[in-house]
Amino acid sequence: MHEQVISAEGLRKVFIARGASAGDGKIVAVDDISFMVSDGGSLAIVGESGSGKTTVARMLVGLTRPTAGRIVIAGQDRTKPCKRSSKRQARGRDIQIVFQDPYSSLDPRQTAAQSIEEVLKLHFSLSRADRADRVQRLAGQVGLDERQVGARPRALSGGQRQRVAIARALAAEPKALVLDESVASLDVSIQAQILNLLADIREQTRISYVFISHDLAVVRQVADHVLVMQHGRAVESGSTEQILGSPEHPYTKLLRSSVPGRGWKPARRNARQA
Amino acid sequence: MSSRTGEPPVDSNVSAARATGSVPLLELRDLRLDLPVNGELKRVLHDVSLEVFPGEAFGLVGESGSGKSLTARSIARLLPRGAVSSGEIRFDGESVMDLSGSALRRHRIGAVSMIFQDPRAHTNPVRSIGDFLTEVLVKELGVPASEARRRAVQTLGEVGIADGERRLRQYPHELSGGMLQRVMIACALLAEPRLILADEPTTALDVITQSEVIAILDELRRERGLALLFITHDLELAAAVCDRSAVMYAGSIVELQTSQQLNNEPLHPYSAALMAARPSVDVTSRRLAAISGRPLSAFETPFGCAFAGRCPHRQPRCVETAQELRAVAGGLVRCCRAEELRGLLTVGEEAEVQTRA
Repeated sequence: MHEQVISAEGLRKVFIARGASAGDGKIVAVDDISFMVSDGGSLAIVGESGSGKTTVARMLVGLTRPTAGRIVIAGQDRTKPCKRSSKRQARGRDIQIVFQDPYSSLDPRQTAAQSIEEVLKLHFSLSRADRADRVQRLAGQVGLDERQVGARPRALSGGQRQRVAIARALAAEPKALVLDESVASLDVSIQAQILNLLADIREQTRISYVFISHDLAVVRQVADHVLVMQHGRAVESGSTEQILGSPEHPYTKLLRSSVPGRGWKPARRNARQA
Repeated sequence: MSSRTGEPPVDSNVSAARATGSVPLLELRDLRLDLPVNGELKRVLHDVSLEVFPGEAFGLVGESGSGKSLTARSIARLLPRGAVSSGEIRFDGESVMDLSGSALRRHRIGAVSMIFQDPRAHTNPVRSIGDFLTEVLVKELGVPASEARRRAVQTLGEVGIADGERRLRQYPHELSGGMLQRVMIACALLAEPRLILADEPTTALDVITQSEVIAILDELRRERGLALLFITHDLELAAAVCDRSAVMYAGSIVELQTSQQLNNEPLHPYSAALMAARPSVDVTSRRLAAISGRPLSAFETPFGCAFAGRCPHRQPRCVETAQELRAVAGGLVRCCRAEELRGLLTVGEEAEVQTRA
């Protein structure tokens, strides 16, 4: 049995809506979600927009504080925010996140190299030469060439920017990486390159992944386990083969049958649903 | 693989619609487009030619920068300042490039309607849904306000939004992405156009909502006999929605044939590579057949085949000779090796890479 890198128990997040007309203004975004990711494992959290999957991702990396539940990463309890910045930094070394939109998640004034180097400066005490070396290695790992490493985000394509974001996340040598729809905005040919890259990195470093995605084909490619969320709740979970091969919950079945493919017929769901 | 006996006459698929005697609703002939990039005009569309027949759903498939959106925008005459285009765009026999003033407004209202990828960027956040939906009817078509609201509510019902009255009073931020996209579709339909230009209308939506929005679009289009130019990067989606599709790469059409044939037996190495690169929901690949390199911009294209640099089937003549769009096996393809590669593209050298785990 592998060691658990991430363990989440009974996660719950309630947002208080300001000026909302509905009910008492409380929105339960995540309701009693539990999962574990083992060392070198890969879990996909799937569901439609608004199902709460991104909120789970944000709680994992400490960007959103859970209302209830417990998060343990690399043996450390992460449920509460830390008081000291040095502790926060230590947490950053364990888990990193790559966001969906590489257009807004990179600093437009930093070159790719500076952006990666910043992380190295923060987490490691290396000589300037060693740092430059590491930047080159990371850039090479994600397939960025010399011009791209020296370029600012403006001069890079979406796929190249996403590689910078991945290299930057990997620079901290985290035990786990959260990928929140990180390949959704990429062109098909680039998406395949990034998915292969992620598989290689997992094989080489035994890093663990948490994929947040609504794309079941991508999930099939990258995840060992799948957790299906609807309206903040887990409706089904199991091995990727099991969930995609023989889904049991009606919602999972709906999700599965909505993927375009051979003989696919788009269907209208109940019109009343928003 | 498949038997080659009983070869259909060349160009049969492509001209299938023409055979029925109908006249194209939309016709592009050698459309070229230059856009100013850093003060210099760069060619972004190379001789794009296609026809869309009345009631037909036509797919334009390609990756970012392939020119598919600019093709659609050329048809609606929604090009950025400084754009220079040549060639011909005919809508119902009329030259779109020569339209101006009120004729151009009529073209954009009653002839073509556009649905964009991001509905939030194409709605005014400070105007209500009701204003958004009735503006054209009231201001341009002279429909009385109450009648316009009645029609808006009815059309909202058709796109699956039941409580239209309430929705008209709401603002874009109060609606989910899928809901707002349905409002966009309703808006596109309200002016009763003959052609809908849908530019990646479901890319920002999750699969369930996508399935729903596509179903609505398809159903209403059929009911009203509208033609559709459907722009997507997803070949399988194009196959599900469109009768025929064109694959674009670096500002050129590299293949044009029936969507079904395109999926079963692509003729151009790029179409095949695009299909192989997409992960499948049914099987896990040991490794995805990624296409090396990156998509080229139209203005970077070298002489000869634009895809040659990334093509596993490249030969010297691919870059030594200009590649024309030719009729092969019932489709059109811009590849000098198309005949010899037939049937090999989906089972050929890449098969090794595609080995399913």
